[in-house]
Amino acid sequence: EALVLNDPDFQHEDLNFLSRSQRYEQAIRKSSLMVMKLREYGIADPEEIYWFKSFVHRGRPEPLDLHLGMFLPTLLTQATPEQQDRFFMPAWNLEIIGTYAQTEMGHGTHLRGLETTATYDPATQEFILNSPTVTSIKWWPGGLGKTSNHAIVLAQLYTQGQCKGLHAFIVPIRQLGTHEPLPGITVGDIGPKFGYDEMDNGYLKMDNFRIPRENMLMKYAQVEPDGTYVKPLSDKLTYGTMVFIRSLIVGDSARSLSRACTIAIRYSAVRHQSELKPGEPEPQILDYQTQQYKLFPLLATAYAFHFVGAYIKDTYHRISGDINEGDLSELPELHALTAGLKAFTSWTANAGIEECRMACGGHGYSRCSGIPDIYVTFTPSCTYEGENTVMMLQTARFLVKSYTQVSSGQQVTGMVSYLNDLSRQRIQPQHVAARTVTVRINDPVSLVEAYKARAARLVEAAAKNLQAELNHRKSKEDAWNRTSVDLVRASEAHCHYVIVKLFTAKLSEVSNAAVRAVLTELCLLYALYGISKNTGDFLQAGILTDAQITQVNQRVKELLAIIRRNAVALVDSFDFHDLHLGSVLGRYDGNVYENMFEWAKKSPLNKTEVHESFHKHLKPMQAKL
Amino acid sequence: VNPDLASERQTASFSVEKLTAWLDGGAEQTRLRRAVVEAIERDPVFSRENQYFQSQNERYEAAVRKAVHLQKKMHEMRWSHEGPESKYIYRAVAGDIAFLLHRVFMRSISVLGSEEQIAKWIPLASQYQLIGSYAQTELGHGTYLQGLETTAVFDVTTQEFILNTPKISAMKWWPGDMGRSATHTVVFAQLYVHGKCYGIHPFIVQIRSLQDHSLCPGIIAGDIGPKMNFEHIDNGYLMLQNVRVPRENMLNKFCEVQPDGTYVRRGSQKINYFTMTSVRISLISGEALTPLMKACTIAIRYSAVRRQSKLKPGEQEAKILDYQTQQEKLLPQLAAAYAFHFIDDYLQELFDRGYREIQRKNFDTLPELHALSSGFKAMVTQYCTSGVEICLRACGGHGYSLLSGLPSLYTKIIASCIYEGENTILLLQTARFLVKSFMAASTGQSVPPSVTYLAAAKPRNCPAKNKLDFLNPAIYTEAYQHMAVRLISSTAAKLQDLIQSGVKKHDAWNRCTVQLAQAAKAHCHYITVKNFAETVEKLESKAGIQKIMKHLCDLFALHGIFSNTGALLHDGYISGAQMDMVTASYLDLLAIIRKDAVPLVDAFDFTDKSLNSALGCYDGQVYQRLYEWAQKSPTNKQISPAYEKYLKPLLHNTLSKL
Repeated sequence: EALVLNDPDFQHEDLNFLSRSQRYEQAIRKSSLMVMKLREYGIADPEEIYWFKSFVHRGRPEPLDLHLGMFLPTLLTQATPEQQDRFFMPAWNLEIIGTYAQTEMGHGTHLRGLETTATYDPATQEFILNSPTVTSIKWWPGGLGKTSNHAIVLAQLYTQGQCKGLHAFIVPIRQLGTHEPLPGITVGDIGPKFGYDEMDNGYLKMDNFRIPRENMLMKYAQVEPDGTYVKPLSDKLTYGTMVFIRSLIVGDSARSLSRACTIAIRYSAVRHQSELKPGEPEPQILDYQTQQYKLFPLLATAYAFHFVGAYIKDTYHRISGDINEGDLSELPELHALTAGLKAFTSWTANAGIEECRMACGGHGYSRCSGIPDIYVTFTPSCTYEGENTVMMLQTARFLVKSYTQVSSGQQVTGMVSYLNDLSRQRIQPQHVAARTVTVRINDPVSLVEAYKARAARLVEAAAKNLQAELNHRKSKEDAWNRTSVDLVRASEAHCHYVIVKLFTAKLSEVSNAAVRAVLTELCLLYALYGISKNTGDFLQAGILTDAQITQVNQRVKELLAIIRRNAVALVDSFDFHDLHLGSVLGRYDGNVYENMFEWAKKSPLNKTEVHESFHKHLKPMQAKL
Repeated sequence: VNPDLASERQTASFSVEKLTAWLDGGAEQTRLRRAVVEAIERDPVFSRENQYFQSQNERYEAAVRKAVHLQKKMHEMRWSHEGPESKYIYRAVAGDIAFLLHRVFMRSISVLGSEEQIAKWIPLASQYQLIGSYAQTELGHGTYLQGLETTAVFDVTTQEFILNTPKISAMKWWPGDMGRSATHTVVFAQLYVHGKCYGIHPFIVQIRSLQDHSLCPGIIAGDIGPKMNFEHIDNGYLMLQNVRVPRENMLNKFCEVQPDGTYVRRGSQKINYFTMTSVRISLISGEALTPLMKACTIAIRYSAVRRQSKLKPGEQEAKILDYQTQQEKLLPQLAAAYAFHFIDDYLQELFDRGYREIQRKNFDTLPELHALSSGFKAMVTQYCTSGVEICLRACGGHGYSLLSGLPSLYTKIIASCIYEGENTILLLQTARFLVKSFMAASTGQSVPPSVTYLAAAKPRNCPAKNKLDFLNPAIYTEAYQHMAVRLISSTAAKLQDLIQSGVKKHDAWNRCTVQLAQAAKAHCHYITVKNFAETVEKLESKAGIQKIMKHLCDLFALHGIFSNTGALLHDGYISGAQMDMVTASYLDLLAIIRKDAVPLVDAFDFTDKSLNSALGCYDGQVYQRLYEWAQKSPTNKQISPAYEKYLKPLLHNTLSKL
């Protein structure tokens, strides 16, 4: 980290004062330098590259993201050895800069709906690529607009008059040397976005653009010279990549929320406002209960998500060993779980970052707070790599399937094993009632049980409603759609349970007693706050009584006062460097106001003492009126 | 028109034109509004087409240009600031204009200034011989006015006030139009006479030369730098170093420092509250409601055009508006937009009545008015902000493109949660009024009309027997009332308990603030539901409007219960079985309102230019527009400078360098 942050080559003006073009240029400059330095230092391990990159770009996107993160890995996993010989070294040396063009203007998460076509012409042994409609224009791929000269394009393959579904093709889009678009290619930047200023997300339109047969990625499916199509063996393998990327998003949720919490909590210790006790000086705003109630549950959430992110990564690494040996049995559950957790954590973090910003009052709204930037960079993760609602419904599909298995007498394993208890409860109906008194609100393990019961109830309710719709002779798809609000709730409850469970499990691994004590407080706050925000679920299922809910609400407020003492230390532990945090409000030294003034003086509007619009507009008006 | 949108309009259950007229307050108003909007949008100076491509400097300049041009236009069209057109002008320019604080400057002089001061400054300001701003907030101090640190010391010998910024946290920070444009500003400072502090007072201070616009001696001022939005506004900072202004520059309608330094107070200070109240009520419609209505229009139209995945095998991909989860995101926001439109009417009426009383020197209605305006400002801005964000995220990837119009609606509306009183603080002000009223009501004293319900006797349980009962306004309004009473009374009781157990009053208050804020929200939610139901009842059943409004009212009410089930399950007012009925009725309503969703947003009657969105245009030609607009992006106009400078060397020489 110090290596990068102290490198003068990576220094630049505050990005907040730059235009979009300038930000893109800075990012390209740094990416180019970064690649050279990576080679210079001999850094090749993916994990190390990831960290190096995140320090160079301070957690922001950059134009080579897709080249490094998608183009190269896709070559490695989907290209034949001959194709690797042709493309990999040039790509590694950045003679070829590539991107990954999947999403189209009219089509996103539902891949089968993509419209781009690749028609095989046996006469010339070429594929003819076309964007037949406006909606089929490739839209959004990062680095496509201005940076890349190649793209891996996903298109519907047509050979011998038949559609064989989606396949990947390596398509050159710009002339090597001049960087001009090739004939038949229309390519450009999709215009300004909510953040991602340094990324040239692009569009790509192809008109009868021909590429050689050898440019289809053919490690799995193949088209022979005469046009014969050879099917791939299995399609479950692509799950692995998705799980991996979604696990990164969970980690990113934790990090982005941690950064926002760091800024808001440090600033709340520096900011003084109003009076608590008549006659005394204005107190730190962190002493107000309402401020604590906004921030500390988020702090606890940030910690919780860190542990969840680590868990998924570990599980993925553990399972990927099995996958390489052909054992795919654990993959469906992991896939279902990461889909839901991706959605749950990114939604929560997204709202949390905004809450942190609002907790900083007016100054949070200034770009100098750094939170607007964290927000706009993070918020698209609710949509990319699988739109969150769709993700929740994928998890729900798995939950309903598991529930159906249990109902038909089979046992299920893993995180959903609590569903096994449901069948037992049906035999002993007093079970649920008996549980009410057993919840101990100061015991995380007992709270895990409460969350488990809630998840079980909501999964069961959703599954039953689905069945009821089916009994009304609705088609399967219709019934599913009419139950989807319930299904999303069930998935959320399941994910919430998993998070509380993982957080609680983590506590016993902490050896230092003081650290364990403070983490236990956070874990309790996380679990109890979640209950107080969803009291209806716990009451309706009879998991908690009215009196217990009142206790929970009370206990949450007590915990706020307890955590108050350690709040700043808890965000310091995240260990973000000031440069990485990019916030005047969140500075480690707390010298907020003098630095805000220094920052503002650099604003582009302040470049001249009298702004040119005075001479252009104001003065003539005053003269006329 | 895209056939996917055309088909939505063919099946409308009501007359869109009639609903629009009703929302506007009559067909004549609709005609006037359209005329104003038309006149402004036809004028190329007001075009916002390039807005998303512009830098901060360019946007500021465009805003100044528009503001100047608007003066000309108003003269040309014979519109006046007091005329019926004025409220539509702001809507037509979409707030993207400079000198809004100039109006505040003028208003504060009119309200706080003496006859002589008004006679001196207002003509200058209306002729734009000077440009005003309003400097209250400081770097270290916001909502809590008594904490401001700027000082104004009276110097008897020269008959002047000496203004100073004693330290960095006392610098004025945020005032609009002040960074670059303003020549004058109203500065709020602690007044000192003969060493004694008299609290916060307003002073007119010149900050820039009227000749060459350079800063006056002792003034340091500039722009505070980029924000999430409002890039067209030069929010500024201001530092004062021994700046002297004549005694006559203190606005002295209510307080005056006489030549010998004697401090005189006259009239009631309460009128200050009235100004805040009026600002809070007036921002609800323009700053919170309009953005939500626009966001709903964009997201719902786009959801009727966007097709994704299949609902039934073998069929075309389905409109995303047909997915229950999509309906559950968007339709409650639509219902809320209508609910708040009616609450805005309610507050306006209350305000007008209050204003008439105050002119008769009767201040009795002030506390209620103040409490309601605070609470509703907080509740409505918060609700609308989250509504706009939901709309943004319901548009998938394209929502994040600035060309969708949604990001700028969002980044602008979020500021409304903070300015004119931070929302949490405002809710606590409302809570203070509620607790006080509750205490009074429980001892049999009379209380203002909006809180009489606190004294009435309540049933203990919800009487609903089946899911249709929850479509009865009496049933759900009562549930909301019950929730509000429970939260207010239990918090008041807890406050009492704490104080009786020896906890200091302020400490007890701080310990209850989380609950107090919830209680205030519950109160506002109740009033909103009640008012919506009453509005529907008063409607004639003509043109199918009443029917669809009733559905929206039901949806708004049940959505609130569905999203906060615990609050009503808590004391058993609603049982678990009843809650399942609520859910069932709520989900049924989504499918019903779905059919009229597009006509319901069409009725808001925003022109394509005012939406400024590739996704939300009336004709639904979403993709074509997105493609054409993107090509106009400056990033596509030239070959990227980054290529020559960095990419080329990287592409060609890396091997040799490595």
